[in-house]
Amino acid sequence: MRAFTYERAKDAASAARIVAGRPGAKFIAGGTNLLDLMKIEVETPTHLVDLQDLEFDKITPIAGGGLRIGALVSNTDLAADARVRRDYGVLTRAIVAGASGQLRNKASTAGNLLQRTRCSYFYDTNMPCNKRKPGSGCAAIGGYSRQLGVIGVSDKCIATFPGDMAVAMRLLDAVIETVDGDGASRAIPIADFYRLWGDTPEQDTVLKPGELITAVTLPKPLGGKHFYEKVRDRASYAFALVSVAAVIQPDGNGRVAFGGVAPRPWRIEAAEALLPRGAAAVTARAFQGATPTKDNAFKLPLATRALASVLAEAKA
Amino acid sequence: MNNVEISRRGVIVGTTAVAVASSVPALADNGDGPEMAAPAVSPMPLSFTVNGEPRELSLDPRTTLLDALREHLHLTGTKKGCDHGQCGACTVIVEGQRINSCLSLALMHEGDDITTIEGLGTPDKLHPMQAAFVKHDGYQCGYCTPGQICSAVAVLDEIKRGIPSHVQADLNAKPTATNIEMRERMSGNICRCGAYSNIAEAMADVVGAKA
Amino acid sequence: MKFETPATGNPIDRMKVVGRAQTRIDGPLKATGQAPYAYEHDDFADAAYGYVVGAAVAKGRINAIDTRAAKAAPGVIAIVSASDAGKLGKGKYNTVKLLAGPEVDHYHQAVAVVVAETFEQARAAAGLVRVDYARTAGRFDLDAALTNAPLTNADKPGKGEDRVGTFETAFAAAPVKIDAEYTTPDHSHAMMEPFASIAAWDGDALKVWTSNQMIDWGRTDLATTLNMPKDKVTLLSPYVGGGFGGKLFLRSDAVLAALGARAAGRPVKLAMARPFIANNTTHRPATRQRIRIGATTDGTITAIAHESGSGDQPNGGPEAAVLQTRLLYAGAHRLTSMRLAVLDLPEGNAMRAPGEAPGLMALEIAMDEMAEKLGMDPIAFRVKNDTQVDPEMPDRQFSQRQLVRCLTEGAQRFGWSRRNATPGRVRDGRWLVGMGVASAFRNHMNMTSAARVRLGRDGIVTVETDMTDIGTGSYTIIAQTAAEMMGVPVDAVVVKLGSSDFPVSAGSGGQFGAANATAGVYAACVRLREAVSQRLGYNSADTVFDGGKVTSGGRSADLRQAASAGELVAEDKIEYGDLDKSWQLSTFGAHFVELGVDVYTGATRLRRMLAVCAAGRIINPMSARSQVIGAMTMGVGSALMEELAVDRRFGFFVNHDLAGYEVPVHADIPHQDVIFLEEADDKANPMKAKGIGELGLCGVGAAVANAMYNATGVRLRDYPLTLDKHIDRLPPVA
Repeated sequence: MRAFTYERAKDAASAARIVAGRPGAKFIAGGTNLLDLMKIEVETPTHLVDLQDLEFDKITPIAGGGLRIGALVSNTDLAADARVRRDYGVLTRAIVAGASGQLRNKASTAGNLLQRTRCSYFYDTNMPCNKRKPGSGCAAIGGYSRQLGVIGVSDKCIATFPGDMAVAMRLLDAVIETVDGDGASRAIPIADFYRLWGDTPEQDTVLKPGELITAVTLPKPLGGKHFYEKVRDRASYAFALVSVAAVIQPDGNGRVAFGGVAPRPWRIEAAEALLPRGAAAVTARAFQGATPTKDNAFKLPLATRALASVLAEAKA
Repeated sequence: MNNVEISRRGVIVGTTAVAVASSVPALADNGDGPEMAAPAVSPMPLSFTVNGEPRELSLDPRTTLLDALREHLHLTGTKKGCDHGQCGACTVIVEGQRINSCLSLALMHEGDDITTIEGLGTPDKLHPMQAAFVKHDGYQCGYCTPGQICSAVAVLDEIKRGIPSHVQADLNAKPTATNIEMRERMSGNICRCGAYSNIAEAMADVVGAKA
Repeated sequence: MKFETPATGNPIDRMKVVGRAQTRIDGPLKATGQAPYAYEHDDFADAAYGYVVGAAVAKGRINAIDTRAAKAAPGVIAIVSASDAGKLGKGKYNTVKLLAGPEVDHYHQAVAVVVAETFEQARAAAGLVRVDYARTAGRFDLDAALTNAPLTNADKPGKGEDRVGTFETAFAAAPVKIDAEYTTPDHSHAMMEPFASIAAWDGDALKVWTSNQMIDWGRTDLATTLNMPKDKVTLLSPYVGGGFGGKLFLRSDAVLAALGARAAGRPVKLAMARPFIANNTTHRPATRQRIRIGATTDGTITAIAHESGSGDQPNGGPEAAVLQTRLLYAGAHRLTSMRLAVLDLPEGNAMRAPGEAPGLMALEIAMDEMAEKLGMDPIAFRVKNDTQVDPEMPDRQFSQRQLVRCLTEGAQRFGWSRRNATPGRVRDGRWLVGMGVASAFRNHMNMTSAARVRLGRDGIVTVETDMTDIGTGSYTIIAQTAAEMMGVPVDAVVVKLGSSDFPVSAGSGGQFGAANATAGVYAACVRLREAVSQRLGYNSADTVFDGGKVTSGGRSADLRQAASAGELVAEDKIEYGDLDKSWQLSTFGAHFVELGVDVYTGATRLRRMLAVCAAGRIINPMSARSQVIGAMTMGVGSALMEELAVDRRFGFFVNHDLAGYEVPVHADIPHQDVIFLEEADDKANPMKAKGIGELGLCGVGAAVANAMYNATGVRLRDYPLTLDKHIDRLPPVA
């Protein structure tokens, strides 16, 4: 871990200003991913701005239905919120399927959205990795890729976004609210938030340097039955091989998004229209153009079968 | 074989090895990138409460809560198993919630109230959970044990507070301390010796004693 | 004491303390965080911190190390690499040297140690050390390397094959047979306490607190490595946070802490970073196994062959996966052999039940396959081919062999009769449910083991031995042994372990620790009893030690009276004759598993587990049971998830942390039952005890595999049995 200076932010605008104006500065909230990466020098900030004193720790109703989730609400508090459990069950389900109780107590909503890939080569600084060191190559291609992406990847990077919470938020059409170094705020639909790697896998999201997430809003509840089916080798405390977030309405229509397969939560709205025709029809469309490796080709039938389990349960 | 280019390192290969060098994929060249100058860092003051005692420290900002406890306060009951949030051996209770102390900077805990394994009980006056671990042989090598016990105490509290879990059938119902609920909630604490079955029994004993 | 003839009646047979469930005497210390592990000794106020720089290449040569930036970094005291470490030797038990230079033998081999005032400074400065490598190609592909790998022991009689009869002819003639290949991957010990040491020099004497299973091996190899006299080295390891074979040997943490401390002129504490452990230290090597079994239609095995290949660094050893096949089942015509390929991956070495663990993962699937082909129940097939003699030397009997009872009593207890023999037929909601069984087998090994016993004026019995407690319960069973021998309660015994100042014990490994170390304590206690009798003027032949009293010929005294004039000290060791040559000393068991396979996703989740074990006298049923359930848990890991993934281009284990290398968590492990069959093995040692800690692992993987087959009808032979390996063969669902 490289040396850094540390300060506690007093308010969002000044925090964004400091980080935007100072190369090497970063925000820290829960720290559960950032510190992990700093210890192995994948992340090497020279200044940390601790956000914990900002009052972004509330979940409040929005006029007309919906919720605004403060950026610093912990994963545990978000999952446990009675309104979330009742109206956005898929979100609670996704959160409690991730990490461990200890990590969820510390991890923040914004930090969870911003967690970086868990690709083993990204984590080993001796290895080439275009995401960690642009232009160095991708060791994962042709290497150990069982956990990695099958769609939306590029010939520069096949990493996945590893999270669970964001898959549910993508399904719910969440909107990410930010403030930047100039004090300007904007609202980014989560569909536009994560980048596909293309030629610049070093950039995970569309956030500008210093742009600070202040909240995530959820539109009014969808109704229907909520599911988060997470498939992994061990029963808990593991990243998804494939996950399926779904909200299914009584008429068989609904929404579905996949985790563990792509650089971002993978939702293809055109595929959702095929839900009444069954899982295979949906995944055929959602994974059209997939480019799996030999090691992770199983994710395609797995996604179909995991969705089939959800649809069977929705009918039951 | 893959899309990795041959590195400049490959070119430097010694004379006897040139023949094979072309088949060796390139490594990341970590030695020559432009580096951000490390700032001059001075220790920063910190005060918090550990096991009921106010403590004041002056720390390198890089110091984790775990290392502050172990190396500065000599509270070595909290263990470093992985230092990356992958094992749970470092679990402590901060402001009533269990966290991985390895993934938190000490400075992030200014003013916090922290309970470690040393704060739960002593060999002469064991906490009920500690006594249950002894009674049910809920450990072997003992290295993950303080983390398991801190977690176990917090898990029972989380169930009482109605925090939901992955194995809950009905998210809107209150969870109960069933075997599968406790096992799911304890899964962030790895025990390579494999004492899980006994830990579950120790926890059930404590739950029963309370009921 | 030399143990040359079978044990007769002795004080242990009273079983007033031994054989009874006893909570751990070190338990309250462990449960409160007061037990000090290697990195936690605060005796040195001025200790500096070491951090290791590991090799970034798997094979090659170090051209140069540039330490200028690191040396200039804040707090740095010293940096040591091979070029300035002085001449180093290589320990007897190390295949590969622990400090690279100029050659690099494997990825993450230690290249240098950085010593600084604080941990944070040492870690940061280690990142500034620039190493220029001349990288060369290496051998990283086991399958490729095995194509022309030689048989092991090819220069010995038998030319590398162990044969009885004519296997090929008998196999060709057998009416029912299987010929199948099985693979097991590289495994990581993944103990929870990282390798860690604190080294302190006092002139030319070195004291090292470390985490090591074998104090005398570690001490000897540390002296050899540093080219110093052994008697100048003190090694201390009172608590070991798990080892599983990984800490049998001296490792780089101890060497680099010592070198760093010498260079810094200060004590140095050093722990390996978790992501460094998998490639820097040893692992259980992957295997490629072929098993052929031929039988008559009534299920009598006539021909059995087990061949295994594995790889290791030059001058390393094979993973002896065929050994159990030489002893477990009858069969007139037999063949076993092993091939060893040279690889440039990290050093392969012992991990819990080396040989038998991966060997039984294959053999016991083969037995299941064979039973199915014969139309027999897998338990009946095993029972039919039981043998009471060494199949290669029919004159040689097993000292005890209760395999059949383990299988049949286990079957009854587990409800085996409820198993549907036709696979893929039992459904519980979305789960395909199956049951599986496997035999467990592991040899018992004799090891010389010494102890010193003191009777204090306060009547307290103190035991000193360099034996270690790696979670096995050594503290407690040694206390029970001394308590039984001296006729005192357990709380009147103090046990001191893990110091090279104490007599040399068997150490912890190969499931030989408990039986041999307690036998050594037994021997020392026999001496102490004689000293007590002598001091009291009693006839030692008929003196009885019981209830804190010593009684002989109508006279009786408090035990403490014997020490009233001064502490009594006795020391002895257990040594063995050749009973283990006249008799085969082995332990047996049976594992039963019920599980569900998710018909949608193919994920496997355990439902119930039972182990039945016959392993001699069980000294402490509580800690022995824990050994078995822990081993069963590790067996579930090796069956379902554990694999060090090899990158055959860069030559290293890719998933080298605890997020990448998954081991079982709480949610994976259901309630586990263990039954110990009554047994006392008089050919083994005066304790009449054998090992148990590895038996619990042997066969578990195959029991899981067989239960999965029973659930799905899809036979998997390549571990770990992850969902991707059968998802394309599960029933259609969409």
